[in-house]
Amino acid sequence: MSTTTAAPPAVAPIDERTRRRRRVSATPLKYIVLLGFAVIVLTPVYVLLVTSVKGFSEIDPSHAWSLPQVFTIDAWHQAWTQLSPSLKNSFKLAIPATILSCILGSLNGFVLSKWRFPGADFVFAFFLFGMFIPYQAVMIPLTLLLDDIHFPAGIPRLVFAHVVYGIPITALIFRNYYSTIPNDLMEAARMDRAGMLRTYWYVILPLSAPAFVVAAIWQFTSIWNDFLFAVFLITDPSKWPVTVALNNTAGSLVTPFNLQMSAALLASLPTLIVYILAGRYFMRGLMAGALKG
Amino acid sequence: MATEIVVKDLTKRYPNGFEAVKQLSLEIGEAELLVLVGPSGCGKTTALRMIAGLEDISSGDLYIGGKRMNDVPEKDRDIAMVFQNYALYPHMTVAQNIGFSLKLAKTPKKEIKERVRRTAELLAIEQLLDRRPKQLSGGQRQRVAMGRAVIREPQVFLMDEPLSNLDAQLRVHMRGEIEALQKRLGVTTVYVTHDQVEAMTMGDRVAVLRDGVLQQVDSPTQIYDRPANLFVAGFMGSPPMNLAQATIDRQDGGFSVGFGEQRVAVPSELAQERRLEQWVGKPVIAGIRPEDLEGSADGGSELGGEVVRIEELGAELLVYFAVDAPGPKGQPVAAAVTGEELEHAPVTGATGSIFCATFEPRTQVKIGDRVETRVDARRLHFFDPETDEAL
Repeated sequence: MSTTTAAPPAVAPIDERTRRRRRVSATPLKYIVLLGFAVIVLTPVYVLLVTSVKGFSEIDPSHAWSLPQVFTIDAWHQAWTQLSPSLKNSFKLAIPATILSCILGSLNGFVLSKWRFPGADFVFAFFLFGMFIPYQAVMIPLTLLLDDIHFPAGIPRLVFAHVVYGIPITALIFRNYYSTIPNDLMEAARMDRAGMLRTYWYVILPLSAPAFVVAAIWQFTSIWNDFLFAVFLITDPSKWPVTVALNNTAGSLVTPFNLQMSAALLASLPTLIVYILAGRYFMRGLMAGALKG
Repeated sequence: MATEIVVKDLTKRYPNGFEAVKQLSLEIGEAELLVLVGPSGCGKTTALRMIAGLEDISSGDLYIGGKRMNDVPEKDRDIAMVFQNYALYPHMTVAQNIGFSLKLAKTPKKEIKERVRRTAELLAIEQLLDRRPKQLSGGQRQRVAMGRAVIREPQVFLMDEPLSNLDAQLRVHMRGEIEALQKRLGVTTVYVTHDQVEAMTMGDRVAVLRDGVLQQVDSPTQIYDRPANLFVAGFMGSPPMNLAQATIDRQDGGFSVGFGEQRVAVPSELAQERRLEQWVGKPVIAGIRPEDLEGSADGGSELGGEVVRIEELGAELLVYFAVDAPGPKGQPVAAAVTGEELEHAPVTGATGSIFCATFEPRTQVKIGDRVETRVDARRLHFFDPETDEAL
C-alpha cells in the first residue's frame, strides 16, 4: 500500500489524508448498498423463519411480517411427524446416488483427460450434450424403458435415473480437475510400471479429493432437491422423497403456512449443512478446475 | 550386467508431417553415459521419450540389450527415467515415492523397506523419508527423483534435463553427484540437456542434435577440439568460438588465413591436414576459440581491433573486439549457428564480426581502446561456407 517513508514530509501528509478520506467515505456507502441487497435476499428467509414458529391462529398472510406473539414449535413438531419417513427416503436416495455418481464421474474424467483413448474429445462432447436435455423430455421414454427392462421399482429406479443424469456434470468436473494434474505424473507412473487401473488407484484417486467434494455437493444438492423425477418415477407414496412430501403438505382448503414453512426449512436443512461443512472445498475445487484445461 | 542400447534410423514423424527426430542412429555402450545435447526444439527429448516408450517410434529400430524394443510396452523395457520437473507423487512420502515401483512389482514389504533405506543412504536423504515432496527443496526433490530411478536397478537410466530446475551452484554440485552415481552403479545412461557445459563435463560421449538431425557423436574433447561442422563449433563452448568469413592465401611458402586486412599464418602441418591448398583464393569460414586468442602483452600482434565490450570474470578477462571480416552468415556467430541468441552472444558491430579473446585478469583495457592478440594458430578451425562442414 503506502510507501511514504521516502516521500518528502511536507507532501506526504496531504497525500495520506486525501487517500484516507476517500477510503473512509467510500466504505459506508459500499456497505449500505450491500446491506440493501442482503435485506432483499434475506426477506423471504425472515418470513419463512417467523412463520414457522407461529401458531395456527397467527398465520394470516396480512401479518406475515410481524413477529410471533406466542412462540411455538408446534409446526416443527407436526412437520417432523409428517416428513420424517420421506426424509429417510431422501437420504436413501441421495447418498447412494451421490456416491455412485462420483465414482462414475471420477472414472470418466480419468479416461477423458489422463488415460485418453482415440475419440475421447468426441465422447466428452457427447456426454456434455446430455446436460442440456431437460427432464421433461425424457419423462415418458425413461418410464417406459425402466418398465420394459423390469428395473426394480421404488428408490433404486430414482437412484439409477439420477446417476445417469449426473454423468455429464460429474465427468466435466473430474475431467477439468484432472487436467490440472501434470501429465509428467502419469508418465512417471508409466515408467514405474503402473498400468491403467493402478495408475488410477495409486496416483490419480488419492489426488482427487477436491473434485470429489465438488461433485458430491453438486450431486447431493440437485438429487435432494429434485421433484420431477421423483413424482413420475415413484408411484408408491411411502417411497416418496421429501420434496414430494413437502408439496403434499399444502392443504386443500386452508393453507397451514406455519407447517409449510417449517417443513420447507426441514427439507432444505441437509443441503444447507452439506454446503456449510464443505463449501470451502467447493469454491476451491471449482477454481482448480477453472484455472486450466 | 550393463546393457547396450542401439538406435537405428530412429524417426519421429507427427501426423502433421513434422519430423522431430530424423533417422537418428546411435550406439550407446555398456555402462556408458551418453549426453544428447542441442538447442531447445532439436528433438533430443523426443528421442529420449522414444527410447523410454513414452512416444511411439515412427520408423527405425530400437534395441536394448540386443532385443528389439519398438513394440515392447514401456513397463517391460526395464528403464527408469528422471523427469525435468521430477514428477514426484505429491500425496506420497519420500519413502513411498522411492518404493512405489517395488510396491507395484509386489515386492515383499520388508524388502521394499530395506531397499528404500539403502537407496536413501546412497543419496544422503535418509532423514527425509517421512516428508512429502512439498516439504522438500529443489535439490532434495532432485535426489528423490534419482532415488526413484536408482531403486529399480534398471538396465537403463534416462534423464531428461534433470538439473535444469536447480540454481547454478546446486546444478554444478549435482552434476558431479549424478556422474559419480552413474559410474558407481554402472548403468547405461542417456542424459538429455541443452546445457553444453553439462554435456562437456558429464558425458563419456556427447551426441549433438540440431533440428532432429544428429550432427556429431564423439568424446567431449574431440567435439570441442574438432567440431564436425559450423553448428557444433558454435554451440559447444562458452563463450562460443569466434567465427568469420576469411580467405586462404599462400604466404612465405606456407599458407595464411585473412580476416579482412589482418593475416594469420597457418602452421604447415595444419594446412596439410586440412588441405588448404585447395582453398587458396576461395572464401572459407575460419574459427578460433576465445582461449586460443590471447591478449598480447608485448605488443606483438596477429589479430587486433577496437574493444567493444569487456567481461571481467575474475579468473580471466574476456575482451570483445571488432574484426573487419563479415560473420559466418553476415550475422552474429551465435545467431548464425544456432538460430537463437545465446547468453554470451557477442554484440555485433555495424560491419564485420566481434571476436572474443582472453586476457590476463585485471589487464587495463577500456572500451574504445585498440587491443592486440596472439593467435594459437594450431587451433584454427576451417569450415566450408557452402556446406558448413569442417575442412
